Parts: sequence; C-alpha cells; structure tokens
Amino acid sequence: MKWKAKVVIRLKEGLNDPEGRVIGKALKNLGYKVEELKVPKYFELIFESETPEKDVEEMCKRLLANPVIHTYEYQIEPLGE
Amino acid sequence: MPKFAVIVFPGTNCDFETLEAIKKAGGKAERVWYKQSLKDFDGVVLPGGFSYADYLRAGAISARAEVMEEIKALANEGKPVLGICNGFQILTESALLPGALRPNKIPSFLCKWVYLKVSDTQTAFTQFYKEGEVIRMPIAHAEGNYYSESLDSIRITFQYSDEKGEITEDANPNGSLLNIAGISNEKGNVLGMMPHPERASDKWLGSEDGLRIFKSMVEYAKR
Repeated sequence: MKWKAKVVIRLKEGLNDPEGRVIGKALKNLGYKVEELKVPKYFELIFESETPEKDVEEMCKRLLANPVIHTYEYQIEPLGE
Repeated sequence: MPKFAVIVFPGTNCDFETLEAIKKAGGKAERVWYKQSLKDFDGVVLPGGFSYADYLRAGAISARAEVMEEIKALANEGKPVLGICNGFQILTESALLPGALRPNKIPSFLCKWVYLKVSDTQTAFTQFYKEGEVIRMPIAHAEGNYYSESLDSIRITFQYSDEKGEITEDANPNGSLLNIAGISNEKGNVLGMMPHPERASDKWLGSEDGLRIFKSMVEYAKR
C-alpha cells in the first residue's frame, strides 16, 4: 500500500530561530507589523508500508527531527495500491 | 606508534590537513572512506567539512551512517574519538555527545580567529594544556551554536573567551550556551569542538596552539 505523508518539524518553544528572525525583520522593513516569524521544515514523502504510522514516527525520530531541539507532527493519507 | 582513522564522508574537506597534523604530532594516520572498516585503528578523527552538503542539518546524514556504530564501539572501549567542526556536529547528531549545534546566532558563515579558554585538562585531548590557558584557533562554520537542555553529563573543554581568558558575550561568536566551543563525554575520550586545531598546528599557519590536541591524543592512545 502506498501512502503520502506530510511532516512538519518545528523548533521547540523558546528556542531562538535566527532565520525566522531575519525574515521577520525583512517583512517589518517592508512595513508589516510582524511580531514573530518562525521557519519550520516541511517534508512530503511518498512511501510503501503496511505500518505507515509506525514508519513515519520512526523516520521522524531517527532522522528528520533532532529530538534535542525539535518537535514534529504529521498527516498520512492513502494513495492506493 | 598509534594509528588513527580520519573518516571521509562525501563532502568532508579538512581530511588532508588533519592527517598532516596527526603525523606532525607523532601518530600514524590514514584517510578512511566511511564505508571501510575501522578495525586495527587506535582512535578516530571526524574532520571538518560539509558532509552531505549540510543537507537537513549539519552532520545529520553522516551521523546515521553504519560506520558510526563502529565509532561508538571504539568510544566505548575508551579509544579517543575527536570530532572537529562538522565532526562535532556528527558527534552530537549521533548522540555520542549530548546537545545539538544550531545555526549561528546571526545566521551567517563565520570564518575568523578566536581565543579559547581551556576549561578541562583531564581529557584525552588536553593533557598538554594548562588549566585556564588561553589559546588561539580559527573557526569556520554556519552551525556552531551549542545548545543543550541539560548540562549534567557535559564536560566543558573549551570556551570562547577574550585574549585574557574572560568568558564574555562579546567573545561568543555564534551564540553558544555558556560560550561553549568544545565538550567531551564523561570519560573524556570523546571530544567535539567547533574550532579547527589542524588549522593551528604550525607557526606558518598563524598559530600552533592546536597541535597539542593531537599530541595529547597520540600520547593517550599509547596507553
């Protein structure tokens, strides 16, 4: 069975996001009242599995996220046989 | 004479300099492609560079290579394992050392000389330094901002300081927690550091303060 997963990796709350800060500042310079901007990472993957939840959970834990600094969430949808 | 493996991943680029520094320090060294075996080596160095182009996070993909299991086994045997710059990132990503290296506080690549205070002389890499000694080495990284939720199992080895050894905010180039430039594991046989000792291992390079790291490592491996 084929699946599509959409995975979002976020920095843990309170951790400084230098890239987000710089982009937020650039928007401010364009005149927008941006208080905060964060840059999560977004992954889309298509994979075959009989245990999709377990596999995506493992992929996040083992590589996509670094548990020291990240949280993650995902959605999985079937793509058919 | 102890023999060290200098591990080469796709994108490693400080391997030859590291090799030369180890030889100058009195050790034998070989470049070892990450798919080769590590038997017959007395220690391992993970040199600097941009393995896998720093994709995902610096060091993340290399840290999941099979060779890391062998390196973990060597570290558990008490053999010296040194990670320099990208090597340090690989060591934290593989959990051989605690914490993580995040993008620099000001998001840019930093390439400059810094002063370091030696905070721990009891590791396999620092026995030839004096406690509190101030040394000079270059840094060259975009992700060297050390972070850890807990400092319990950390031995701080090097801290960014000013010329006098004061640990100040101004002397912190990348936003690292407590000005941390290098840490070791509890046993002191695994060290990760962002500055490049191999680029400070001869007077004509501008400093030879880094050479003693390799000399210490060679001496330690003779035990």
